[in-house]
Amino acid sequence: MRFLEQWITQIIDPYYLRIIILVGINIIMALGLNITTGVTGQLSMGHAGFMSLGAYTSAIVSLKMGAPFWMALLAGSTIAAVFGFIIGLPALRLEGDYLAIVTIGFAEIVRVFFLNFEPGGKAVGLSGIPQETSFTLVLLITLVVIFFTQRLLSSRLGKAMYAVRENEIAAEACGINTTHLKVLSFVLGAFLGGLGGALYAHYMYYISPQDFDFMRSIEILNMVVLGGLGSIPGSILGAAILTILPEMLRVVAEYRMLFYGALLVLLMIFRPNGLFGDMRVYDLIKTRRAKGEKPCQS
Amino acid sequence: MPVLELRGISQEFGGLRALDGIDLQVPRHAIFGIIGPNGAGKTTLFNVITGIYPPTEGQLLFQQQPIASWSSHKVARLGVGRTFQNIRLFNRLSVLDNVKVAANWNRSAGFWASILGLPSYSREQKHCQEKAEALIDMLGLYDKRMEYAQSLSYGEQRRLEIARALIAEPSLLLLDEPAAGMNSSEKIELMDLIWKIRDDMQLTILLVEHDMHLVMSICEQIAVLDYGRKIAEGRPEQIKSDPRVIQSYLGVEA
Repeated sequence: MRFLEQWITQIIDPYYLRIIILVGINIIMALGLNITTGVTGQLSMGHAGFMSLGAYTSAIVSLKMGAPFWMALLAGSTIAAVFGFIIGLPALRLEGDYLAIVTIGFAEIVRVFFLNFEPGGKAVGLSGIPQETSFTLVLLITLVVIFFTQRLLSSRLGKAMYAVRENEIAAEACGINTTHLKVLSFVLGAFLGGLGGALYAHYMYYISPQDFDFMRSIEILNMVVLGGLGSIPGSILGAAILTILPEMLRVVAEYRMLFYGALLVLLMIFRPNGLFGDMRVYDLIKTRRAKGEKPCQS
Repeated sequence: MPVLELRGISQEFGGLRALDGIDLQVPRHAIFGIIGPNGAGKTTLFNVITGIYPPTEGQLLFQQQPIASWSSHKVARLGVGRTFQNIRLFNRLSVLDNVKVAANWNRSAGFWASILGLPSYSREQKHCQEKAEALIDMLGLYDKRMEYAQSLSYGEQRRLEIARALIAEPSLLLLDEPAAGMNSSEKIELMDLIWKIRDDMQLTILLVEHDMHLVMSICEQIAVLDYGRKIAEGRPEQIKSDPRVIQSYLGVEA
Protein backbone atom coordinates (compact mmCIF):
# COMPACT_ATOMS: atom_id res chain seq x y z
CA MET A 1 0.00 0.00 0.00
CA ARG A 2 2.79 2.34 0.94
CA PHE A 3 4.58 1.47 -2.28
CA LEU A 4 1.50 2.28 -4.36
CA GLU A 5 1.15 5.59 -2.54
CA GLN A 6 4.79 6.56 -3.21
CA TRP A 7 4.57 5.53 -6.81
CA ILE A 8 1.34 7.47 -7.38
CA THR A 9 2.66 10.64 -5.76
CA GLN A 10 5.73 10.40 -7.98
CA ILE A 11 3.95 10.03 -11.27
CA ILE A 12 0.91 12.25 -10.75
CA ASP A 13 1.08 15.99 -10.34
CA PRO A 14 -0.07 17.00 -6.80
CA TYR A 15 -2.77 19.26 -8.27
CA TYR A 16 -4.31 16.39 -10.23
CA LEU A 17 -3.88 14.01 -7.33
CA ARG A 18 -5.83 16.40 -5.15
CA ILE A 19 -8.68 16.44 -7.66
CA ILE A 20 -8.65 12.65 -7.89
CA ILE A 21 -8.85 12.30 -4.12
CA LEU A 22 -11.73 14.77 -3.97
CA VAL A 23 -13.47 12.81 -6.72
CA GLY A 24 -13.15 9.68 -4.56
CA ILE A 25 -14.56 11.42 -1.48
CA ASN A 26 -17.43 12.84 -3.51
CA ILE A 27 -18.19 9.42 -4.99
CA ILE A 28 -18.55 8.01 -1.48
CA MET A 29 -20.93 10.79 -0.46
CA ALA A 30 -22.90 10.68 -3.71
CA LEU A 31 -23.36 6.92 -3.37
CA GLY A 32 -24.71 7.56 0.11
CA LEU A 33 -27.21 10.16 -1.04
CA ASN A 34 -28.09 7.91 -3.96
CA ILE A 35 -29.36 5.29 -1.52
CA THR A 36 -31.60 7.81 0.26
CA THR A 37 -32.80 9.93 -2.63
CA GLY A 38 -31.99 7.98 -5.78
CA VAL A 39 -33.09 4.52 -4.75
CA THR A 40 -35.59 4.97 -1.94
CA GLY A 41 -36.89 8.27 -3.31
CA GLN A 42 -36.65 10.28 -0.07
CA LEU A 43 -35.61 13.73 -1.23
CA SER A 44 -32.80 14.85 1.06
CA MET A 45 -31.32 18.29 0.54
CA GLY A 46 -29.19 18.29 3.65
CA HIS A 47 -26.46 15.82 2.89
CA ALA A 48 -23.84 18.41 3.82
CA GLY A 49 -25.21 18.22 7.35
CA PHE A 50 -24.15 14.59 7.61
CA MET A 51 -20.84 15.40 5.96
CA SER A 52 -20.31 18.17 8.48
CA LEU A 53 -21.12 15.90 11.43
CA GLY A 54 -18.68 13.30 10.11
CA ALA A 55 -15.96 15.88 9.49
CA TYR A 56 -16.23 17.63 12.86
CA THR A 57 -16.66 14.46 14.91
CA SER A 58 -13.64 12.80 13.31
CA ALA A 59 -11.54 15.97 13.55
CA ILE A 60 -12.34 16.43 17.24
CA VAL A 61 -11.70 12.76 17.95
CA SER A 62 -8.32 13.06 16.19
CA LEU A 63 -7.27 16.42 17.58
CA LYS A 64 -8.64 16.48 21.10
CA MET A 65 -8.48 12.79 21.93
CA GLY A 66 -5.52 11.78 19.84
CA ALA A 67 -7.36 8.70 18.65
CA PRO A 68 -6.05 6.70 15.68
CA PHE A 69 -7.34 7.60 12.24
CA TRP A 70 -9.55 4.55 11.72
CA MET A 71 -11.31 5.32 14.99
CA ALA A 72 -11.89 8.90 13.89
CA LEU A 73 -13.40 7.67 10.61
CA LEU A 74 -15.65 5.24 12.42
CA ALA A 75 -16.71 7.83 15.00
CA GLY A 76 -17.51 10.39 12.27
CA SER A 77 -19.61 8.05 10.18
CA THR A 78 -21.38 6.53 13.19
CA ILE A 79 -22.41 9.90 14.62
CA ALA A 80 -23.66 10.92 11.17
CA ALA A 81 -25.60 7.63 10.93
CA VAL A 82 -27.23 8.27 14.33
CA PHE A 83 -28.41 11.64 13.06
CA GLY A 84 -29.52 9.95 9.85
CA PHE A 85 -31.77 7.80 11.99
CA ILE A 86 -33.18 10.83 13.79
CA ILE A 87 -33.83 12.66 10.51
CA GLY A 88 -35.27 9.47 9.03
CA LEU A 89 -38.09 9.53 11.55
CA PRO A 90 -39.88 12.64 10.24
CA ALA A 91 -39.39 11.16 6.78
CA LEU A 92 -42.05 8.64 7.70
CA ARG A 93 -44.71 11.33 7.80
CA LEU A 94 -43.42 13.67 5.13
CA GLU A 95 -42.97 13.38 1.41
CA GLY A 96 -41.18 15.15 -1.41
CA ASP A 97 -40.82 18.90 -0.96
CA TYR A 98 -41.90 18.83 2.70
CA LEU A 99 -39.21 16.32 3.51
CA ALA A 100 -36.70 18.39 1.52
CA ILE A 101 -37.46 21.39 3.73
CA VAL A 102 -36.93 19.35 6.90
CA THR A 103 -33.56 18.12 5.62
CA ILE A 104 -32.51 21.64 4.61
CA GLY A 105 -33.47 22.80 8.09
CA PHE A 106 -31.46 19.99 9.64
CA ALA A 107 -28.33 20.88 7.66
CA GLU A 108 -28.73 24.54 8.63
CA ILE A 109 -29.07 23.62 12.32
CA VAL A 110 -25.89 21.56 12.09
CA ARG A 111 -24.10 24.45 10.38
CA VAL A 112 -25.22 27.02 12.94
CA PHE A 113 -24.40 24.61 15.75
CA PHE A 114 -20.79 24.27 14.62
CA LEU A 115 -20.66 28.01 14.04
CA ASN A 116 -21.16 28.38 17.81
CA PHE A 117 -19.50 25.21 19.03
CA GLU A 118 -16.45 26.01 21.15
CA PRO A 119 -14.50 22.73 20.67
CA GLY A 120 -15.10 23.08 16.92
CA GLY A 121 -13.41 26.47 16.81
CA LYS A 122 -16.67 28.36 16.11
CA ALA A 123 -16.62 30.37 12.87
CA VAL A 124 -12.85 30.05 12.57
CA GLY A 125 -13.09 26.30 12.20
CA LEU A 126 -10.64 23.62 13.10
CA SER A 127 -7.14 23.51 11.72
CA GLY A 128 -4.15 21.26 12.06
CA ILE A 129 -6.13 18.08 11.49
CA PRO A 130 -3.58 15.37 10.66
CA GLN A 131 -3.56 14.66 6.92
CA GLU A 132 -4.19 10.95 7.07
CA THR A 133 -6.36 10.61 3.98
CA SER A 134 -4.17 9.30 1.20
CA PHE A 135 -4.85 8.35 -2.39
CA THR A 136 -4.60 4.62 -1.67
CA LEU A 137 -6.94 4.84 1.28
CA VAL A 138 -9.57 6.79 -0.64
CA LEU A 139 -9.26 4.38 -3.55
CA LEU A 140 -9.67 1.41 -1.24
CA ILE A 141 -12.63 2.82 0.67
CA THR A 142 -14.30 3.96 -2.56
CA LEU A 143 -13.99 0.46 -4.03
CA VAL A 144 -15.34 -1.16 -0.87
CA VAL A 145 -18.27 1.27 -0.78
CA ILE A 146 -19.04 0.66 -4.47
CA PHE A 147 -18.90 -3.09 -3.91
CA PHE A 148 -21.27 -3.09 -0.97
CA THR A 149 -23.65 -0.56 -2.49
CA GLN A 150 -23.84 -2.72 -5.59
CA ARG A 151 -24.45 -5.75 -3.39
CA LEU A 152 -27.20 -3.97 -1.50
CA LEU A 153 -28.97 -2.56 -4.55
CA SER A 154 -29.04 -5.85 -6.39
CA SER A 155 -30.32 -7.67 -3.31
CA ARG A 156 -33.97 -8.07 -2.42
CA LEU A 157 -33.62 -5.36 0.18
CA GLY A 158 -32.33 -3.00 -2.50
CA LYS A 159 -35.14 -3.90 -4.88
CA ALA A 160 -37.57 -3.26 -2.05
CA MET A 161 -36.04 0.19 -1.63
CA TYR A 162 -36.65 0.89 -5.32
CA ALA A 163 -40.20 -0.38 -4.77
CA VAL A 164 -40.70 2.22 -2.02
CA ARG A 165 -39.65 4.91 -4.49
CA GLU A 166 -41.88 3.58 -7.25
CA ASN A 167 -45.05 3.07 -5.25
CA GLU A 168 -45.25 3.15 -1.52
CA ILE A 169 -48.80 1.83 -1.17
CA ALA A 170 -48.10 -1.09 -3.46
CA ALA A 171 -44.84 -1.80 -1.62
CA GLU A 172 -46.75 -2.04 1.66
CA ALA A 173 -49.34 -4.28 0.03
CA CYS A 174 -46.47 -6.58 -0.99
CA GLY A 175 -45.44 -7.02 2.63
CA ILE A 176 -42.58 -4.52 2.52
CA ASN A 177 -42.07 -2.57 5.72
CA THR A 178 -41.66 0.83 4.10
CA THR A 179 -41.13 2.57 7.44
CA HIS A 180 -38.15 0.39 8.19
CA LEU A 181 -36.64 0.83 4.72
CA LYS A 182 -36.99 4.61 4.67
CA VAL A 183 -35.19 4.93 7.99
CA LEU A 184 -32.56 2.43 6.85
CA SER A 185 -31.98 4.43 3.69
CA PHE A 186 -31.39 7.58 5.74
CA VAL A 187 -29.02 5.77 8.10
CA LEU A 188 -26.98 4.32 5.23
CA GLY A 189 -26.91 7.61 3.32
CA ALA A 190 -25.86 9.50 6.44
CA PHE A 191 -23.20 6.92 7.28
CA LEU A 192 -21.56 7.37 3.88
CA GLY A 193 -22.01 11.14 4.09
CA GLY A 194 -20.23 11.10 7.45
CA LEU A 195 -17.50 8.84 6.11
CA GLY A 196 -16.93 11.24 3.23
CA GLY A 197 -16.86 14.16 5.65
CA ALA A 198 -14.32 12.44 7.90
CA LEU A 199 -12.06 11.66 4.94
CA TYR A 200 -12.47 15.24 3.75
CA ALA A 201 -11.48 16.69 7.14
CA HIS A 202 -8.39 14.52 7.29
CA TYR A 203 -7.39 15.54 3.82
CA MET A 204 -7.91 19.30 4.02
CA TYR A 205 -6.10 19.97 7.37
CA TYR A 206 -8.71 22.60 7.94
CA ILE A 207 -12.50 22.65 8.14
CA SER A 208 -14.97 25.40 8.89
CA PRO A 209 -18.79 25.57 8.93
CA GLN A 210 -18.74 27.32 5.54
CA ASP A 211 -17.41 24.13 3.94
CA PHE A 212 -20.71 22.44 4.62
CA ASP A 213 -23.29 25.01 3.61
CA PHE A 214 -26.46 24.60 1.59
CA MET A 215 -24.57 24.82 -1.70
CA ARG A 216 -22.57 21.76 -0.72
CA SER A 217 -25.79 19.79 -0.19
CA ILE A 218 -27.00 20.92 -3.59
CA GLU A 219 -23.71 19.95 -5.18
CA ILE A 220 -23.96 16.38 -3.87
CA LEU A 221 -27.61 16.20 -4.89
CA ASN A 222 -26.59 17.41 -8.36
CA MET A 223 -24.12 14.56 -8.68
CA VAL A 224 -26.85 12.03 -7.97
CA VAL A 225 -29.44 13.65 -10.21
CA LEU A 226 -26.99 14.28 -13.05
CA GLY A 227 -25.77 10.69 -12.97
CA GLY A 228 -29.28 9.31 -12.83
CA LEU A 229 -31.35 8.58 -9.73
CA GLY A 230 -30.72 5.13 -8.34
CA SER A 231 -27.81 4.30 -10.61
CA ILE A 232 -24.40 3.45 -9.13
CA PRO A 233 -22.37 4.16 -12.31
CA GLY A 234 -24.44 7.33 -12.57
CA SER A 235 -23.49 8.56 -9.11
CA ILE A 236 -19.84 7.74 -9.74
CA LEU A 237 -19.79 9.58 -13.05
CA GLY A 238 -21.86 12.45 -11.67
CA ALA A 239 -19.43 12.89 -8.78
CA ALA A 240 -16.44 12.74 -11.14
CA ILE A 241 -17.89 15.24 -13.62
CA LEU A 242 -19.05 17.75 -11.05
CA THR A 243 -15.71 17.63 -9.24
CA ILE A 244 -13.53 17.88 -12.33
CA LEU A 245 -15.68 20.27 -14.36
CA PRO A 246 -15.28 23.35 -12.12
CA GLU A 247 -11.51 22.77 -12.20
CA MET A 248 -11.42 22.49 -15.98
CA LEU A 249 -13.52 25.61 -16.27
CA ARG A 250 -10.88 27.64 -14.46
CA VAL A 251 -9.67 28.71 -17.90
CA VAL A 252 -12.77 30.83 -18.38
CA ALA A 253 -12.03 32.50 -15.04
CA GLU A 254 -14.94 34.48 -13.67
CA TYR A 255 -17.44 32.95 -16.10
CA ARG A 256 -16.77 29.58 -14.54
CA MET A 257 -19.99 29.19 -12.60
CA LEU A 258 -21.96 30.48 -15.59
CA PHE A 259 -20.65 27.69 -17.79
CA TYR A 260 -21.13 25.19 -15.02
CA GLY A 261 -24.77 26.17 -14.65
CA ALA A 262 -25.34 26.17 -18.40
CA LEU A 263 -23.89 22.67 -18.71
CA LEU A 264 -26.19 21.41 -15.98
CA VAL A 265 -29.19 22.91 -17.75
CA LEU A 266 -28.17 21.37 -21.08
CA LEU A 267 -27.65 17.95 -19.56
CA MET A 268 -31.05 18.03 -17.95
CA ILE A 269 -32.65 19.01 -21.25
CA PHE A 270 -31.03 16.22 -23.25
CA ARG A 271 -31.03 13.56 -20.56
CA PRO A 272 -33.82 14.41 -18.13
CA ASN A 273 -33.37 11.13 -16.28
CA GLY A 274 -29.68 11.75 -15.76
CA LEU A 275 -26.80 10.18 -17.62
CA PHE A 276 -27.50 6.63 -16.50
CA GLY A 277 -31.05 6.93 -15.21
CA ASP A 278 -33.16 3.91 -16.18
CA MET A 279 -30.33 2.54 -18.29
CA ARG A 280 -29.63 -1.16 -18.09
CA VAL A 281 -27.17 -3.43 -19.84
CA TYR A 282 -30.13 -5.60 -20.87
CA ASP A 283 -31.76 -2.75 -22.82
CA LEU A 284 -28.51 -1.82 -24.53
CA ILE A 285 -27.99 -5.37 -25.77
CA LYS A 286 -31.59 -5.60 -26.90
CA THR A 287 -31.42 -2.34 -28.85
CA ARG A 288 -28.22 -3.44 -30.49
CA ARG A 289 -29.78 -6.76 -31.44
CA ALA A 290 -32.89 -5.10 -32.77
CA LYS A 291 -30.72 -2.84 -34.92
CA GLY A 292 -28.76 -5.81 -36.19
CA GLU A 293 -31.88 -7.73 -37.07
CA LYS A 294 -33.57 -5.06 -39.12
CA PRO A 295 -31.68 -5.58 -42.40
CA CYS A 296 -32.55 -9.28 -42.31
CA GLN A 297 -36.24 -8.60 -41.97
CA SER A 298 -36.52 -6.20 -44.87
CA MET B 1 -65.25 -21.10 9.13
CA PRO B 2 -64.94 -17.84 7.20
CA VAL B 3 -61.50 -16.71 6.07
CA LEU B 4 -62.46 -13.12 6.46
CA GLU B 5 -65.09 -11.68 8.70
CA LEU B 6 -66.19 -8.07 8.99
CA ARG B 7 -68.32 -7.01 11.92
CA GLY B 8 -69.89 -3.59 11.77
CA ILE B 9 -67.04 -1.99 9.84
CA SER B 10 -67.45 1.77 9.41
CA GLN B 11 -65.10 4.24 7.84
CA GLU B 12 -65.45 7.99 8.09
CA PHE B 13 -63.48 10.60 6.20
CA GLY B 14 -64.18 13.86 7.96
CA GLY B 15 -67.94 14.07 7.86
CA LEU B 16 -68.33 11.54 5.07
CA ARG B 17 -69.36 8.04 6.07
CA ALA B 18 -67.80 5.95 3.32
CA LEU B 19 -68.63 2.64 4.96
CA ASP B 20 -71.52 2.23 7.32
CA GLY B 21 -71.67 -0.86 9.51
CA ILE B 22 -70.63 -3.48 7.01
CA ASP B 23 -71.01 -7.12 8.07
CA LEU B 24 -69.50 -9.69 5.77
CA GLN B 25 -68.38 -13.28 5.95
CA VAL B 26 -66.18 -14.63 3.19
CA PRO B 27 -66.11 -18.44 3.24
CA ARG B 28 -62.94 -20.37 2.49
CA HIS B 29 -62.23 -21.11 -1.20
CA ALA B 30 -65.09 -18.91 -2.32
CA ILE B 31 -65.04 -16.47 -5.17
CA PHE B 32 -66.86 -13.63 -3.53
CA GLY B 33 -67.97 -10.57 -5.48
CA ILE B 34 -68.63 -7.06 -4.27
CA ILE B 35 -70.61 -4.83 -6.57
CA GLY B 36 -72.25 -1.47 -6.36
CA PRO B 37 -72.43 1.90 -8.07
CA ASN B 38 -69.40 4.20 -8.22
CA GLY B 39 -68.63 5.74 -4.87
CA ALA B 40 -70.43 3.00 -2.98
CA GLY B 41 -67.33 2.28 -0.91
CA LYS B 42 -66.02 -0.87 -2.59
CA THR B 43 -62.41 0.24 -2.90
CA THR B 44 -62.56 1.82 0.56
CA LEU B 45 -63.62 -1.58 1.86
CA PHE B 46 -60.55 -3.13 0.22
CA ASN B 47 -58.35 -0.44 1.69
CA VAL B 48 -59.74 -1.09 5.15
CA ILE B 49 -59.22 -4.84 4.82
CA THR B 50 -55.61 -4.39 3.66
CA GLY B 51 -54.77 -1.93 6.40
CA ILE B 52 -54.38 1.21 4.29
CA TYR B 53 -57.02 2.90 6.43
CA PRO B 54 -57.73 1.82 9.97
CA PRO B 55 -61.52 1.44 10.26
CA THR B 56 -63.31 4.04 12.37
CA GLU B 57 -65.45 1.35 13.95
CA GLY B 58 -65.92 -2.37 13.81
CA GLN B 59 -64.00 -5.58 13.89
CA LEU B 60 -61.99 -7.20 11.16
CA LEU B 61 -61.08 -10.85 11.53
CA PHE B 62 -58.76 -12.68 9.20
CA GLN B 63 -58.65 -16.38 9.99
CA GLN B 64 -60.09 -15.61 13.40
CA GLN B 65 -57.37 -13.07 14.10
CA PRO B 66 -58.36 -9.43 14.69
CA ILE B 67 -56.41 -7.31 12.16
CA ALA B 68 -58.23 -3.97 12.25
CA SER B 69 -55.72 -1.09 12.25
CA TRP B 70 -52.76 -3.35 11.57
CA SER B 71 -50.28 -1.74 9.24
CA SER B 72 -50.55 -2.70 5.62
CA HIS B 73 -47.38 -4.75 5.29
CA LYS B 74 -48.29 -6.85 8.34
CA VAL B 75 -51.66 -7.70 6.85
CA ALA B 76 -49.92 -8.64 3.61
CA ARG B 77 -47.42 -10.84 5.44
CA LEU B 78 -50.28 -12.60 7.18
CA GLY B 79 -51.62 -13.73 3.82
CA VAL B 80 -53.73 -11.05 2.18
CA GLY B 81 -52.67 -10.26 -1.38
CA ARG B 82 -54.28 -7.57 -3.50
CA THR B 83 -54.32 -5.78 -6.82
CA PHE B 84 -55.30 -2.17 -7.37
CA GLN B 85 -58.03 -0.53 -9.41
CA ASN B 86 -55.59 2.04 -10.76
CA ILE B 87 -52.61 -0.20 -11.49
CA ARG B 88 -49.79 0.29 -9.02
CA LEU B 89 -46.69 -1.46 -10.31
CA PHE B 90 -43.05 -0.70 -9.64
CA ASN B 91 -42.63 0.87 -13.05
CA ARG B 92 -38.88 1.07 -13.21
CA LEU B 93 -38.24 -2.44 -11.99
CA SER B 94 -38.24 -5.43 -14.30
CA VAL B 95 -41.25 -7.73 -14.47
CA LEU B 96 -39.29 -10.39 -12.62
CA ASP B 97 -38.18 -7.98 -9.89
CA ASN B 98 -41.73 -6.73 -9.47
CA VAL B 99 -42.75 -10.24 -8.54
CA LYS B 100 -39.63 -11.21 -6.59
CA VAL B 101 -39.75 -8.15 -4.39
CA ALA B 102 -43.10 -9.26 -3.00
CA ALA B 103 -41.96 -12.77 -2.02
CA ASN B 104 -41.92 -14.10 1.52
CA TRP B 105 -41.05 -11.13 3.69
CA ASN B 106 -42.03 -13.26 6.65
CA ARG B 107 -38.76 -15.08 6.81
CA SER B 108 -36.55 -13.05 4.55
CA ALA B 109 -32.85 -12.56 5.08
CA GLY B 110 -31.79 -9.37 6.82
CA PHE B 111 -29.55 -6.49 5.89
CA TRP B 112 -26.20 -8.13 6.63
CA ALA B 113 -27.12 -11.42 4.99
CA SER B 114 -28.13 -9.44 1.90
CA ILE B 115 -25.06 -7.30 1.47
CA LEU B 116 -22.61 -10.01 2.47
CA GLY B 117 -24.35 -12.62 0.30
CA LEU B 118 -24.54 -15.22 3.06
CA PRO B 119 -25.62 -18.77 2.13
CA SER B 120 -29.02 -18.33 3.81
CA TYR B 121 -29.63 -15.40 1.50
CA SER B 122 -28.44 -17.15 -1.67
CA ARG B 123 -30.62 -20.16 -0.97
CA GLU B 124 -33.63 -17.96 -0.41
CA GLN B 125 -32.88 -16.03 -3.60
CA LYS B 126 -32.71 -19.17 -5.70
CA HIS B 127 -35.98 -20.46 -4.35
CA CYS B 128 -37.60 -17.08 -4.87
CA GLN B 129 -36.31 -16.81 -8.43
CA GLU B 130 -37.74 -20.20 -9.40
CA LYS B 131 -41.08 -19.45 -7.84
CA ALA B 132 -41.28 -16.04 -9.52
CA GLU B 133 -40.40 -17.48 -12.92
CA ALA B 134 -43.03 -20.19 -12.58
CA LEU B 135 -45.69 -17.61 -11.70
CA ILE B 136 -44.70 -15.27 -14.50
CA ASP B 137 -44.86 -18.18 -16.89
CA MET B 138 -48.31 -19.13 -15.67
CA LEU B 139 -49.54 -15.61 -16.35
CA GLY B 140 -47.98 -15.59 -19.81
CA LEU B 141 -45.36 -12.93 -19.13
CA TYR B 142 -42.25 -15.09 -19.36
CA ASP B 143 -40.97 -13.50 -22.56
CA LYS B 144 -41.30 -10.08 -20.98
CA ARG B 145 -39.67 -10.95 -17.67
CA MET B 146 -36.74 -8.60 -18.18
CA GLU B 147 -38.76 -5.64 -19.45
CA TYR B 148 -39.56 -2.68 -17.26
CA ALA B 149 -43.08 -2.97 -15.87
CA GLN B 150 -43.95 0.40 -17.40
CA SER B 151 -43.34 -0.92 -20.91
CA LEU B 152 -46.01 -3.62 -20.65
CA SER B 153 -49.43 -3.30 -22.22
CA TYR B 154 -52.41 -2.61 -20.01
CA GLY B 155 -53.62 -6.20 -19.91
CA GLU B 156 -50.11 -7.46 -19.17
CA GLN B 157 -49.78 -4.96 -16.34
CA ARG B 158 -53.00 -6.27 -14.81
CA ARG B 159 -51.68 -9.81 -15.01
CA LEU B 160 -48.36 -8.74 -13.52
CA GLU B 161 -50.20 -7.28 -10.55
CA ILE B 162 -51.89 -10.62 -10.03
CA ALA B 163 -48.53 -12.45 -10.24
CA ARG B 164 -47.07 -10.05 -7.72
CA ALA B 165 -49.97 -10.59 -5.36
CA LEU B 166 -49.68 -14.37 -5.67
CA ILE B 167 -46.00 -14.90 -4.98
CA ALA B 168 -46.36 -14.56 -1.23
CA GLU B 169 -48.89 -17.42 -1.37
CA PRO B 170 -51.74 -15.48 0.18
CA SER B 171 -54.77 -17.29 1.53
CA LEU B 172 -56.99 -14.39 0.50
CA LEU B 173 -56.64 -12.51 -2.75
CA LEU B 174 -58.40 -9.19 -3.30
CA LEU B 175 -58.90 -8.16 -6.92
CA ASP B 176 -60.00 -4.57 -7.46
CA GLU B 177 -61.70 -4.36 -10.85
CA PRO B 178 -59.48 -6.94 -12.56
CA ALA B 179 -61.39 -6.71 -15.84
CA ALA B 180 -61.33 -2.91 -16.17
CA GLY B 181 -60.29 -1.93 -19.67
CA MET B 182 -60.24 -5.47 -21.02
CA ASN B 183 -61.97 -6.63 -24.19
CA SER B 184 -64.32 -9.58 -24.17
CA SER B 185 -61.79 -12.25 -25.09
CA GLU B 186 -59.40 -10.97 -22.43
CA LYS B 187 -62.26 -11.12 -19.96
CA ILE B 188 -62.87 -14.76 -20.77
CA GLU B 189 -59.19 -15.49 -20.25
CA LEU B 190 -59.32 -13.62 -16.97
CA MET B 191 -62.24 -15.70 -15.79
CA ASP B 192 -60.35 -18.90 -16.55
CA LEU B 193 -57.34 -17.50 -14.76
CA ILE B 194 -59.34 -16.66 -11.63
CA TRP B 195 -60.80 -20.16 -11.51
CA LYS B 196 -57.39 -21.67 -12.09
CA ILE B 197 -55.62 -19.77 -9.34
CA ARG B 198 -58.42 -20.44 -6.90
CA ASP B 199 -58.25 -24.19 -7.54
CA ASP B 200 -54.48 -24.56 -7.97
CA MET B 201 -53.45 -22.37 -5.10
CA GLN B 202 -56.31 -23.17 -2.77
CA LEU B 203 -57.13 -19.59 -2.00
CA THR B 204 -60.13 -17.40 -1.45
CA ILE B 205 -60.88 -14.60 -3.85
CA LEU B 206 -62.71 -11.40 -3.07
CA LEU B 207 -63.30 -9.20 -6.06
CA VAL B 208 -64.78 -5.86 -6.94
CA GLU B 209 -66.00 -5.63 -10.51
CA HIS B 210 -68.37 -3.64 -12.69
CA ASP B 211 -68.64 -6.18 -15.46
CA MET B 212 -71.89 -7.93 -14.57
CA HIS B 213 -71.41 -10.79 -16.96
CA LEU B 214 -68.08 -11.65 -15.34
CA VAL B 215 -69.33 -11.21 -11.80
CA MET B 216 -72.45 -13.28 -12.36
CA SER B 217 -70.51 -16.08 -14.04
CA ILE B 218 -67.66 -16.57 -11.63
CA CYS B 219 -68.83 -15.40 -8.23
CA GLU B 220 -70.42 -17.90 -5.93
CA GLN B 221 -71.63 -15.21 -3.62
CA ILE B 222 -72.15 -11.49 -4.08
CA ALA B 223 -72.56 -8.55 -1.73
CA VAL B 224 -74.00 -5.29 -3.01
CA LEU B 225 -72.94 -1.96 -1.56
CA ASP B 226 -74.68 1.36 -1.95
CA TYR B 227 -73.75 4.57 -0.13
CA GLY B 228 -71.46 2.57 2.16
CA ARG B 229 -74.16 0.15 3.23
CA LYS B 230 -74.62 -3.46 2.32
CA ILE B 231 -78.02 -3.58 0.66
CA ALA B 232 -78.05 -7.22 -0.41
CA GLU B 233 -76.08 -10.41 -0.28
CA GLY B 234 -76.60 -13.80 -1.85
CA ARG B 235 -76.06 -16.05 -4.81
CA PRO B 236 -75.87 -14.43 -8.26
CA GLU B 237 -79.40 -15.41 -9.22
CA GLN B 238 -80.80 -13.95 -6.01
CA ILE B 239 -78.91 -10.72 -6.57
CA LYS B 240 -80.13 -10.42 -10.15
CA SER B 241 -83.73 -10.52 -9.03
CA ASP B 242 -83.41 -8.47 -5.86
CA PRO B 243 -85.60 -5.38 -6.33
CA ARG B 244 -83.33 -3.09 -4.26
CA VAL B 245 -80.27 -4.05 -6.27
CA ILE B 246 -82.12 -3.53 -9.54
CA GLN B 247 -83.30 -0.14 -8.42
CA SER B 248 -79.95 1.16 -7.15
CA TYR B 249 -77.47 -0.49 -9.46
CA LEU B 250 -78.48 -2.96 -12.13
CA GLY B 251 -81.30 -0.94 -13.58
CA VAL B 252 -84.48 -2.25 -15.18
CA GLU B 253 -83.96 -4.16 -18.38
CA ALA B 254 -85.93 -2.76 -21.22
